[in-house]
Amino acid sequence: MSAGQLPRWVDYGLIPLINLIAAFLVSGLVVLLIGENPIDAVRVLIWGALGFGEGVGFTLFYATNFIFTGLAVAVAFHAGLFNIGGEGQAYVGGLGVALACLALDRIVPWWVTLPVAVAGAAVMGAAWAFIPAWLQAKRGSHIVITTIMFNFISYSLMVYLLVNVLAKPGSMQPETRTFEEGGRLPFLNDIQSLVDFGTAPVNLALVLALIASALVWVIIWRTRLGYEIRSFGANATAAVYAGMSPARIIIITMLISGGLSGMMALNEIMGSQHRLLIEFVAGYGFVGIAVALMGRAHPVGIILAAILFGMLYQGGAELAFEMPAISRDMIIVIQGLVILFAGALENLFRPAIVRIFTPSRAPAVQAG
Amino acid sequence: MLDAYQTLILLLDSTLRLSTPLLLACLAGLYSERSGVVDIGLEGKMLGAAFGAGAVAYLTSNAWLGLLAGIGVAVGLALIHGFASITNRGNQIVSGVAINFLAAGLTVLLGQAWFSQGGRTPTLPQGGRFGEVILPGAEAVRDVPVLGPLYSELISGHNILVYLAFAAVPLTWWILFRTRFGLRLRAVGENPAAVDTAGISVVLLRYRAVVICGILTGVAGSYLSIAQSSGFIRDMTAGKGYIALAALIFAKWRPVNAMYACLLFGFLDAMAIRLQGKSIPMIGEVPVQVFQTLPYILTVILLAGFIGKAIPPKASGVPYLKERS
Repeated sequence: MSAGQLPRWVDYGLIPLINLIAAFLVSGLVVLLIGENPIDAVRVLIWGALGFGEGVGFTLFYATNFIFTGLAVAVAFHAGLFNIGGEGQAYVGGLGVALACLALDRIVPWWVTLPVAVAGAAVMGAAWAFIPAWLQAKRGSHIVITTIMFNFISYSLMVYLLVNVLAKPGSMQPETRTFEEGGRLPFLNDIQSLVDFGTAPVNLALVLALIASALVWVIIWRTRLGYEIRSFGANATAAVYAGMSPARIIIITMLISGGLSGMMALNEIMGSQHRLLIEFVAGYGFVGIAVALMGRAHPVGIILAAILFGMLYQGGAELAFEMPAISRDMIIVIQGLVILFAGALENLFRPAIVRIFTPSRAPAVQAG
Repeated sequence: MLDAYQTLILLLDSTLRLSTPLLLACLAGLYSERSGVVDIGLEGKMLGAAFGAGAVAYLTSNAWLGLLAGIGVAVGLALIHGFASITNRGNQIVSGVAINFLAAGLTVLLGQAWFSQGGRTPTLPQGGRFGEVILPGAEAVRDVPVLGPLYSELISGHNILVYLAFAAVPLTWWILFRTRFGLRLRAVGENPAAVDTAGISVVLLRYRAVVICGILTGVAGSYLSIAQSSGFIRDMTAGKGYIALAALIFAKWRPVNAMYACLLFGFLDAMAIRLQGKSIPMIGEVPVQVFQTLPYILTVILLAGFIGKAIPPKASGVPYLKERS
């Protein structure tokens, strides 16, 4: 029974919802195990994420990171590739952002720096994805393994650069100097007055993330390249028969994917931290996998999933404050469970749902 | 000269200690991948085991019970991986990622809730930790030149798990290449349909491989928290599961090669610690990151096919569907 026979709202709405509920039920058991009340925990979490302007601001700030890394994983998914290297690509993308900001922040306003920083992030992220892509395309090296290896190589490279090359002279901190005005994206709080986000660092990168989502939708579903990517992902052999070049598709897809990962750094580095520092990616690249799975690799789904994970991050921080027994690591557990139920165990509930929805829709097939 | 020899012995000694968890995890991955189940959750299973072992060894003051708990946690996580990837035919990479997340979160969350020490387990009491095993005659031969230190410093004086890890290498070789189970295990990783046709259960074989993988990662994780150090600390595996995965590829999925690969990667780690901030004659100061990244760079070069060719078991990563419906 293939997925195509389910109504769209079941495939894209009901099944993710059931997976999500399963993940949250198990999370509730974990909360019980710790000896706290799961209902109270959910109440604190939702209030912390959406109950006040600043909470919403932080939720959207985290969501921005997740939209970028989620899109990155999703684009690769469409070509049947698993890009597990978002972490490293975002980290190196941060280098591109920082170099642009450090070079320009004292001489031009932010809106001149922005396109250079976007290009820097995308180019550096894409470059970091290029070698695994090339190796997969030309030498058949498994991209999952090579991107994992490149994550670790990026950690060492960035620590080396931050300690030995980019660090502020005379400082022991492994970070660059703080950018001036010309290297900072404006906070949403400063450019609109409808909602008060308090001190939340949600910034213009959110808008960029939404634009990126729209562009990804256009590329994947409305261009010749996207058609090739989807064909290759659905059936590589058929795509080759149809005259498409696997090497070209693999490399271009991974460049787009790496570029999107790299742009995550815009939000963190240019939007919030205003300096390049070690380990700023902090797992956002990996969470992109959960976001892409939850959002069924569709930009709309990814935006919704990113907001959900943003809520978990922000609400989780509030939760750790209100209920000290539940530390922020609870979020990592929930993410793990979402990846498990929405990804690895996606066949757990699907057969039962297919049975519920098919008899009335295809009685003729059964009779025949 | 004698000084250099002493340094070399010390360096090799720490190589052995650092290679042990890699070797155990690498062999664990070998069983799993040889049976056709890709496992990037080695890291998570080790981490979970390290926590289980640290917690139970602290509560019972018994290292063996700690080890048992570590194995129990890792086998539990391995069974989740098995359920997802064998029974449900889910994506094995995704499942591995999920297990790494679960372990990273649960260990610190539960550690904080139970022990309130920021996610670490309390320092182990007497008996909670595997001590050094002094091999017979180690003290007697200590003063014999050259061979004395080799025996008493390098070969003797490790904890039992180190010897266990290295004993597991020939044992794994024997199981894989000299027993019926091993033959079937390798067959199911290459051509599960053929194994199925011969009337042997693909599912059962793969589950057994996954459980063995759990046991070995359990020992690997326990080694970290109750043999190498004295208690669990947050994220104490620090990527060792991934290095083990790299070593497995580097070893081309063969047990004896796995030992060499892990010794090499352990040696690089030992060098990195030893050379931190020092300069090498002729070359100058080498950044510590060079040694830290070499295992990954070497693996990528190997994967690229520039040093021989690493060919994984044919059916690894592919769920087995008995018949098309």
